[in-house]
Amino acid sequence: MAASARVLFRGANSKLSLSSVKSGSYNYLRVTLLTLSCNSHVKSQRRHAAHFTFQPDPVTTQYGPTQKMNLFQSVTSALDNTLASDPTAVIFGEDVAFGGVFRCTVGLRDKYGKDRVFNTPLCEQGIVGFGIGAAVAGATAIAEIQFADYIFPAFDQIVNEAAKYRYRSGDLFDCGRLTIRAPWGCVGHGSLYHSQSPEAFFAHCPGIKVVVPRSPVQAKGLLLSCIADQNPCIFFEPKILYRAAVEQVPVEPYTVPLSQAEILQEGSDVTLVAWGTQIHVMREVAQMAQEKLGVSCELIDLQTILPWDTETICKSVVKTGRLLISHEAPVTGGFAAEIGSTVQEECFLNLEAPIARVCGYDTPFPHIFEPFYIPDKWKCFEAIKKMINF
Amino acid sequence: MAAMRSVKLSGVCSHAVRQMTGMNACRMLQQRSFRVNGVHRQQSFDPTDKPQFPGASAEFVDRLEFIQPNVISGIPIYRVMDRQGQIINPSEDPQLSKETVLNFYQKMTLLNTMDRILYESQRQGRISFYMTNYGEEGTHIGSAAALEPNDLVFGQYREAGVLMYRGFPLDLFMAQCYANADDLGKGRQMPVHYGSKDLHFVTISSPLATQIPQAAGSAYALKRENLNRAVICYFGEGAASEGDAHAGFNFSATLECPLIFFCRNNGYAISTPTNEQYRGDGIAARGPGYGMMSIRVDGNDVFAVYNATKEARRRAVAENQPFLIEAMTYRIGHHSTSDDSSAYRSVDEVNYWDKQDHPISRLRHYMTARGWWGEDDERSWRKESRKKVMEAFEKAERRLKPKPDLLFTDVYKEMTDNLTKQRDAMWRHVKQYKEHYPLDAYDK
Repeated sequence: MAASARVLFRGANSKLSLSSVKSGSYNYLRVTLLTLSCNSHVKSQRRHAAHFTFQPDPVTTQYGPTQKMNLFQSVTSALDNTLASDPTAVIFGEDVAFGGVFRCTVGLRDKYGKDRVFNTPLCEQGIVGFGIGAAVAGATAIAEIQFADYIFPAFDQIVNEAAKYRYRSGDLFDCGRLTIRAPWGCVGHGSLYHSQSPEAFFAHCPGIKVVVPRSPVQAKGLLLSCIADQNPCIFFEPKILYRAAVEQVPVEPYTVPLSQAEILQEGSDVTLVAWGTQIHVMREVAQMAQEKLGVSCELIDLQTILPWDTETICKSVVKTGRLLISHEAPVTGGFAAEIGSTVQEECFLNLEAPIARVCGYDTPFPHIFEPFYIPDKWKCFEAIKKMINF
Repeated sequence: MAAMRSVKLSGVCSHAVRQMTGMNACRMLQQRSFRVNGVHRQQSFDPTDKPQFPGASAEFVDRLEFIQPNVISGIPIYRVMDRQGQIINPSEDPQLSKETVLNFYQKMTLLNTMDRILYESQRQGRISFYMTNYGEEGTHIGSAAALEPNDLVFGQYREAGVLMYRGFPLDLFMAQCYANADDLGKGRQMPVHYGSKDLHFVTISSPLATQIPQAAGSAYALKRENLNRAVICYFGEGAASEGDAHAGFNFSATLECPLIFFCRNNGYAISTPTNEQYRGDGIAARGPGYGMMSIRVDGNDVFAVYNATKEARRRAVAENQPFLIEAMTYRIGHHSTSDDSSAYRSVDEVNYWDKQDHPISRLRHYMTARGWWGEDDERSWRKESRKKVMEAFEKAERRLKPKPDLLFTDVYKEMTDNLTKQRDAMWRHVKQYKEHYPLDAYDK
């Protein structure tokens, strides 16, 4: 399973590494587009245009000088800062030594040594188990799982071990210095096993923190928070943004607080909650709702899925009276259900319409049907229309 | 399943034989036994015709031959003493002082006494669960004694003797089993899930084999600290079937970790006997597959265990590589208090190990032969150790349970808003319905 993934993506990336490692602006999606356009089935195989447009945040100056970086480079920058400041820090996983299949660890091995940035055997339960042990012994352990889709062999180590270490030992031992990074979410052509968003599985597990950034600036700040946090964290990186998202990112280390949602746009009629890539879909939806319906949306990036910021969401719903939650993962048992349930408990009398969830269908993540599967702006737009007209 | 596999394999094999010219099945059979030096039998090759595969350094051969696992005459079992406690080869005698040997004996027997009293207390419904260490005392004490006190221990669940050897007081064993307010684990886990930060013994968790890759990670971190520390990781032959065992072996070998894998092969995983657990030559035979130094020892010979662990520990740290020790022993007790082993093994079998080949009696023979221990010593020690255990036991039983607030702490390093709300809600509810909750038994 994991082996076939490696072949697929290594192939794609070896092309990338020739032309794009330095520039970092190469569109990952286009690699496949180019190869596909060489065959005769151009029309039937033509990829649907990206379902969102990345919108950078306004440039921040509060953390010192910035540099143009895409999301994978901002992750590298965070890791670079960590290795420089913390001599116990180690980074490991499948193929991380040469820079990782998504290029997040490029150059770090040369800079910090092969005992600090290294390959492991191809074994996810081993990677997480090893990371827990390193953290228990006092190291800052940063484990990479090559795709969030392949994190499940490590499920036991995460759920039964990492999450419970402090609790079960009465705080004698903990693995709070462990951070697990994994590429996450849809990518346009990832199909069943390179597209999943498994955050809800881990949201059911007290003791870990689960974080998903929406942009390069957020990714660096949140990743550094996860690394510094004294609890084991899972950091899911929207892989479609690795190259598509470019911002001016502070070069020096800085943190973005965990368990704090961020209001990206204030509004009065509908609260939109999302995280990761879906934030960019929602930005467009908010604009469409304003332009086409005259509806004012308040857009909130949840950022930390566990433990999550109920207060910011509930305050917003008290104000707007309507809530739309959207994620790529299947709707049943997804994290939108948890948010919806809490909001109806806390804001029942404020609600003007049923809470809406626009999420993935309850199917595996499909390949060629991705344009139909994803909770795109049109589905979200329609949900808003229904809520307003309820 | 394993049997089906071997049938299939021979099917493939005979098919291959039919295809080969100039070789009859008889000759094939003669040559199927595994030979380490098989390369010497090869025809002369073109010296430039070396295999270039990145995955193995080996020679080509032109004869079809499967490697046969050698399970008939397996990896030998290292021992120092015979069953009567006589040193077999004087050069292998660890020459431990009288004081050290008496300490071994007292720790082994104290563990045994503690087991008897806690087992009985579970039968009487005074604690919820227990697991005895009967018959495996030699593996615990022999290995614990060979380590440095600050070497990190990852246990499975049947290694109480290791913790006892390191000086974990009876009061804390009892506090854990009673989940009282003195329990270092704050009453959160079932009995026998001990842990001690001061004694470098990582708290036990119930899932099997999860500690194995963790031990590799810890050993890697300790190697980077360069403070002459090693990690020892205990597990049973059943746990060695888990994927995590494979992960831990492979990671520690490839990442060069100063780690001792200590397998207690006690014959049973709950009820499953070893012949339904694996088809190869035990656990030690897996070591070479991972590029790992391995040894099989008599686990009922405390000196053999001591020597093997001592040397493995020395080399693991000096050479930064893992070692695998398979200690052959026998679980004389039931798996746990939830198990009745008479359903799957004979009383005679258990009696043999209890009466004829017990690690405690073997060490006692050794001590007796040297005039270090007599009947009087035994009598007074039994009395003393029983008294110690009973005192700790009674004290633990009287103690209150930990305060209920501890239900909510240590989930995260900090109290989260969510948990604070849930804790407050619990108290509101419990106060309202206080007659339905056992508040008197708990610390305030």
